[in-house]
Amino acid sequence: MEIRRRKNQIEISDLDPFLAELLRQIPASTNTEGAPAAEQRIFSLPINDKETELCAEWKMYVEPELRRLFQTATQTVGADLEQLNGNEKSLANRTLRIPTKHAEAWLSALNQARLVIAAKNNFTELELSDHLRSPIGSRRDLSLFQVNFYGFLQEFILRELDC
Amino acid sequence: MNAEPLTAEVVIPLSPGVSRAKSAGPSTIGTPTIEKEARTEEALDLPWHVVVHNDPVNLMSYVTMVFQRVFGYPRDKAEKHMLEVHQKGRSILWSGMRERAELYVQQLHGYLLLATIEKVS
Repeated sequence: MEIRRRKNQIEISDLDPFLAELLRQIPASTNTEGAPAAEQRIFSLPINDKETELCAEWKMYVEPELRRLFQTATQTVGADLEQLNGNEKSLANRTLRIPTKHAEAWLSALNQARLVIAAKNNFTELELSDHLRSPIGSRRDLSLFQVNFYGFLQEFILRELDC
Repeated sequence: MNAEPLTAEVVIPLSPGVSRAKSAGPSTIGTPTIEKEARTEEALDLPWHVVVHNDPVNLMSYVTMVFQRVFGYPRDKAEKHMLEVHQKGRSILWSGMRERAELYVQQLHGYLLLATIEKVS
């Protein structure tokens, strides 16, 4: 896999089917349904001392707005990922082109996905910082790899935004 | 009964930060003095902190970028706060009126950071 900036696009080329599939899973990975820990993390409370009035207002007015914001970002990413539609064979050596104007949406969707996966798996800080972890052997390992792979993409996009 | 002339001074606010002293008695009118009001409107309300809490998932570079964007901090200041969050578990990013603090927290939640408001004790 190669990742580079080309004019107004971020180009991820020579994608193998496995990494292409991980990319295609970004929108689905942001789903918090049935995972209260993930829902709590994505929509955290604005105050620690459980001030009920503020929390109730937050739930009623701010949370739906945030939900829309996150959903819009995920939809943008989902639309970009349509470039990767196809069967496994046709995914070999494929290229994904992300318009730089979608970079913000990608940062948000990748972040949502990483937070949701981490919350669902209850990863510890130690696990998340262990980049020398042995190859994937379980569903949990795969999820950790996914979090790190999405983090790598985030880093690249951030570097490009900085330029 | 007290026959002495009235000499008490009444302070009439003109605009935030400035007040004018005016004599209440006819015989003691002097040159108006302009005083600087030390307390601003923000300070009259007990300040609130915007606190960002540590989160092992969010990337350090991402958190720095968010601080720059939301608070307009220069990179070195944003990095200092990011490191404080990382090392001490939390950092106070801003203090002031509650309404604005809530707005900052909403923006930070939009970037998926763990942020809360706290009343200054």
